Amino acid sequence: MSAVSLRQRLARVGSWLDSRVGLAGLWTAARHKEIPVHRHTVWYYLGGMTLFLFLVQVGTGVLLLFYYRPSADEAFESVQFLMAEVQFGWLIRSIHAWAANLMIFTLFLHFFSALLLRAYRAPRDLTWLSGMGLFGLALGFGFTGYLLPWNELAYFATKVGTQIVGVMPLVGRSLLRVLRGGDEVSGATLTRFYAVHVALLPAVAGAFLGLHLYLVQKHGMSVPPGVERSGAPVRRMRFLPNFLLRDLVGWLAALAALAALAAFAPAELGGKADPFASAPAGIKPEWYFMFTFQTLKMLPPHILGLEGEMVGILGFGLAGLLVLLIPFLDRPAARGEPNRLITWFGIGLILFIVALTYIGYTASPTK
Amino acid sequence: MTQDASPPQSSRRRFLDWLLGTSVGGLVLAVLYPVGRYLVPPPAAESAASAVTLPFKPDDLVPNTGRIFKFGSRPGLVVRGPGGEFRAFSATCTHLGCTVQYRPDLGHIWCACHNGHFDLNGRNIGGPPPAPLEAYTVRARGDELVVSRGT
Repeated sequence: MSAVSLRQRLARVGSWLDSRVGLAGLWTAARHKEIPVHRHTVWYYLGGMTLFLFLVQVGTGVLLLFYYRPSADEAFESVQFLMAEVQFGWLIRSIHAWAANLMIFTLFLHFFSALLLRAYRAPRDLTWLSGMGLFGLALGFGFTGYLLPWNELAYFATKVGTQIVGVMPLVGRSLLRVLRGGDEVSGATLTRFYAVHVALLPAVAGAFLGLHLYLVQKHGMSVPPGVERSGAPVRRMRFLPNFLLRDLVGWLAALAALAALAAFAPAELGGKADPFASAPAGIKPEWYFMFTFQTLKMLPPHILGLEGEMVGILGFGLAGLLVLLIPFLDRPAARGEPNRLITWFGIGLILFIVALTYIGYTASPTK
Repeated sequence: MTQDASPPQSSRRRFLDWLLGTSVGGLVLAVLYPVGRYLVPPPAAESAASAVTLPFKPDDLVPNTGRIFKFGSRPGLVVRGPGGEFRAFSATCTHLGCTVQYRPDLGHIWCACHNGHFDLNGRNIGGPPPAPLEAYTVRARGDELVVSRGT
């Protein structure tokens, strides 16, 4: 078969596909996609980076399913087997654990860059809402996935995390039972979290991700109002291939970082969960829950006649709602005017999270 | 708007719309209700036992130590004070439900999760816990320790 006829065959397959799927239209749209170039362009890479890490999670997650057994009697042992006996089992699990952490980290950066660069302004308010939904889903992935190895740390982290839901007024108690699959954290909780982690959340996250990516394509990248106001013409870079190739360099670097982290700091397992053991000293949640954990630790038992933890949880809920509704609250930004309030709010939020995380990792556990 | 082109709403049309709407609503409810009930776990048979005999002898617990025991489906904590007296509590922290422990170095009960402190009467004396630990009664019956709810 000569090269020419091969090319002709490929072209024929291509046109066959095109007449059915309409690839040419997609290709033209992709060729026309452009990325604004200005001093904040670097922040545009974080969404794609988060997407890449999510895909790593899907891939490694599917591989983990081949060995994992979701029951209180077998979960810990199956992870132990995976780590010790299965070839490269340690690597797959460590990459899953590290990519989860990196994904949440890039998600935080993506969130704060969108907040501080006012990328949420109409018509991108729905993009913001879908992104906040994805943020919540990512935290849900982290929380449910943490329990699955059924080790001591995970057991108590889940106990506290679900108890926090139970503190909510009115619906708390029933919600707690639905989450735990009973009154206590048990094997029933494990199977529930497993179903949520590997089936429910991926399905919902897929839908949110589809909407989010579609909206980003539809509206294009947001140019920060500061850059718009400066009046200088904004240069543009073609997405294909210029921006995508830059994206790929970042993804390659992330993959290298993942491999290095997994090799030099593989995921730990610890001891098997025991419902009839005291919580071990030095117990900590995942780092991205540390600031909430530390805040709950520092609140006094009673504030204004209410239980301290309820005040804390209501406070976090209120702050979350405020952040969610920012596109509709920030009127000046909608008109393209500067709004220092949002900048200070964003910086204050960053400082709060960094400070409490720092205290959480350095404070003596008994002080 | 093409409203002008559509025929005027007859009461029969409205009735059919209403019928269709309620049927669809009923169908959605008929699907959601069993799913919702399915997700709520059935009530677990609460351990009827109001007393439990500890699986270890009084002498196994030296003064100034504590040990977790099973009280029905929940953990309890029995503490032998420095003076040799026995006390028992629910081991579930009143803050966010972690399992507490006796700290010989502090001489009282401590929760590792959020640094809650309780004295040997179960009272919350430091940290975030909003209420005291539920206290149980300990009785020595021959060579056995029996823990019971209430006094």
